[in-house]
Amino acid sequence: MSTEPMSGAEIILKALVDQGVEVIFGYPGGAVLPIYDALFKQNALRHILVRQEGGAVHSAEGYARSTGKVGVVLVTSGPGATNAVTGLTDALMDSVPIVCLTGQVPTHLIGNDAFQEADTTGITRPCTKHNYLVKHVNDLARVLHEAFYVAKSGRPGPVVVDLPKDVQFATGPYTPPAEIQHRSYKPQTKADSRRIEQMVELMAKAKRPLFYCGGGVVNSGPEAAQRLTELVRLTGYPCTLTLMGLGAFPASDPLFLGMVGMHGTYEANLAMHDCDLMINVGARFDDRVTGKLAAFSPGSKKIHVDIDPSSINKNVRVDLAVVGDCSSVLADLLKAWKAKKPKVDERAIAQWWKQIDGWRKRNCLAYEKTDKVIKPQYALERLYALTRGRELFVTTEVGQHQMWAAQFLKFEKPNHWMTSGGLGTMGYGLPAAIGVQLAHPEALVVDVAGEASILMNIQEMSTAVQYRLPVKIFILNNQWMGMVRQWQELIHGGRYSESYTASLPDFVKLAEAFGAVGLRASQAGEVDDVIREMIKVDRPVIVDVCVDQTENCFPMIPSGAAHNEMLLGPADKAEKPTSEEGMVLV
Amino acid sequence: MSDSKRHTIAVLVDNEPGVLARVIGLFSGRGYNIESLTVAEVDAAARQSRITIVTSGTPMVIEQIKAQLDRLVPVHRVSDLTMVGPHVERELALIKVRGTGEKRVESLRIADIFRARAIDSTIDSFVFEMTGSPDKINAFIKLMEPLGLIEVSRTGVVAIARGSQPI
Ligand SMILES: Cc1ncc(C[n+]2csc(CCOP(=O)(O)OP(=O)(O)O)c2C)c(N)n1
Ligand SMILES: [Mg+2]
Repeated sequence: MSTEPMSGAEIILKALVDQGVEVIFGYPGGAVLPIYDALFKQNALRHILVRQEGGAVHSAEGYARSTGKVGVVLVTSGPGATNAVTGLTDALMDSVPIVCLTGQVPTHLIGNDAFQEADTTGITRPCTKHNYLVKHVNDLARVLHEAFYVAKSGRPGPVVVDLPKDVQFATGPYTPPAEIQHRSYKPQTKADSRRIEQMVELMAKAKRPLFYCGGGVVNSGPEAAQRLTELVRLTGYPCTLTLMGLGAFPASDPLFLGMVGMHGTYEANLAMHDCDLMINVGARFDDRVTGKLAAFSPGSKKIHVDIDPSSINKNVRVDLAVVGDCSSVLADLLKAWKAKKPKVDERAIAQWWKQIDGWRKRNCLAYEKTDKVIKPQYALERLYALTRGRELFVTTEVGQHQMWAAQFLKFEKPNHWMTSGGLGTMGYGLPAAIGVQLAHPEALVVDVAGEASILMNIQEMSTAVQYRLPVKIFILNNQWMGMVRQWQELIHGGRYSESYTASLPDFVKLAEAFGAVGLRASQAGEVDDVIREMIKVDRPVIVDVCVDQTENCFPMIPSGAAHNEMLLGPADKAEKPTSEEGMVLV
Repeated sequence: MSDSKRHTIAVLVDNEPGVLARVIGLFSGRGYNIESLTVAEVDAAARQSRITIVTSGTPMVIEQIKAQLDRLVPVHRVSDLTMVGPHVERELALIKVRGTGEKRVESLRIADIFRARAIDSTIDSFVFEMTGSPDKINAFIKLMEPLGLIEVSRTGVVAIARGSQPI
């Protein structure tokens, strides 16, 4: 099925087009010039020129996570490839499908310390799901199609294809993407039917059940979230989501307990601690969720649905492992549940809800209402209120603002919340927002940012302006690396070592310098106005919201503590000092 | 750790560049033990290699190791021979011993008992070749120490399940 011989560079672009790619995020350089030359001569692929390769990968992540498609990156050899490493690691940790094409020095120079040579496959081996070095043009088309298959099937992840320059010039055959039958990589997507039955049995018997769901549901596609929603509603059981899972179940549903984990709600974490059946769908018992492992949900039976067998029994031993794709498992489960119509223990469940409602009454996200300063929580509440009814996509940077965004913005649908969960990469949010906006030109895309994080990839403002992408950067500016400051306050005796940024740019002028719009709110009374203005302006906007510098993010489960040792507010900290053991944890 | 146990794991992989680095990187990156690791192509037509890894860990760690190996893209099959049942393990060692007089004679005598073969000899040295279980090789080396042990080269363990079935 080979066609006319083409150059390697043409084969690469043809393979991308045949894989349904529409957008590439990239940055040129010597080792990819043949590909850029081929790009110049075609119209099928749109190339977005970023300002740093790290930005390219995060943009591709934002694109991928908001669409469910594979994000594609093109960078040059050496520094181009090494700049991409953080983004690749981020995508690996958060299971984002990325294909990253890297240029490489010609094959005969590999190993010679040639100009801009780096051992890209060596460097990226531990931070990709898989990588390839294509040494012969005859392998090119197959490897590229395989790369897409590997990136998106099973547990998604980043794949690097390293492309020596001579291979880009060489002439070879093109093979279209057949139904790929990979020789060895065939992840199990359909669960064993006996496990589904066992799952139904355990769920029917439970007295204090809890759905604990994560990014796997989002990755599995929108129908997975629909099925989850239907199942949770059918059972009437409570549901909590991880940071990565937000949107997989509607936040407005009364069955939703809010986010679980280090900065999750009181009710979600206590329900995790006290449940007698934990139904984990597509979450991975991350240490940010479990807290102290020895004290993690001591009285529960645990079911774990995951497409990646290596996630099962990694941190927490479970009673029933169900390997499969969330969407497929949930479909089977719904069918089995409906067929069986099990009699659940209504009285016990009602009692469980009574207990949960008691926890809810603590109103754990309450904060001091004041008009003297802008509380960051207030700014986010207003952002949420004033954007309701719109198609809103949110990305974040990393820090307190990220956690507050997770607590105070409510997501009804999957793929609308993009945050760096596993790696916690400052600088993720702006490039990710650019990727999201490209995929959803009409939508409102907001990067909830901290003033420290935003500086890590601020150069991408220039990209946003070039492509007229009206992303909104909503900076909760506390002048501190707030999350670092919070840990130093609570755990390191208030010694604020290097967490204050003594010289920050004027973000309004900075926006203007980039050709974007800058807005500022210094008082609570101005918050609504700047948000309205931000939404109205059809251009990239930086909003500098000058918030309370001393606010801390609660609830908080300090590292090494159990769920029921949660700090609910400033008054709590004195009584519960962090353990020595906890201090060494991150 | 008390419930840590030795396991011998066979892994069938595509014989492609970087595959060994993937496996080794997995072990070092995740902090697993490697007691020994051997690799060679076993099916030239299918371009498949077999890696034999001897490792140790708690049951949970061993389960992780297998799952982590299994999800590497070029891995075809992972088989925990220790769990599968009876299997044989062999290792090849080359052992250089230097000595004269009674010590030299004694080393030959012991080699004979252990069925080690002298495959090189000078007037004051031997190179012995022996195959066997790692324990047997260890025992032989121990006995050679006072007799002029100079150098040891070992392959690490290769293993295969007993019976007619492949892994
Ligand atoms: C690349 C990177 N470097 C360092 C950190 C550690 N870190 C986590 S949060 C944080 C502070 C973030 O400050 P800011 O963006 O202002 O957010 P805030 O916590 O103040 O809301 C730092 C330094 C990180 N997550 N990522
Ligand atoms: Mg800050």
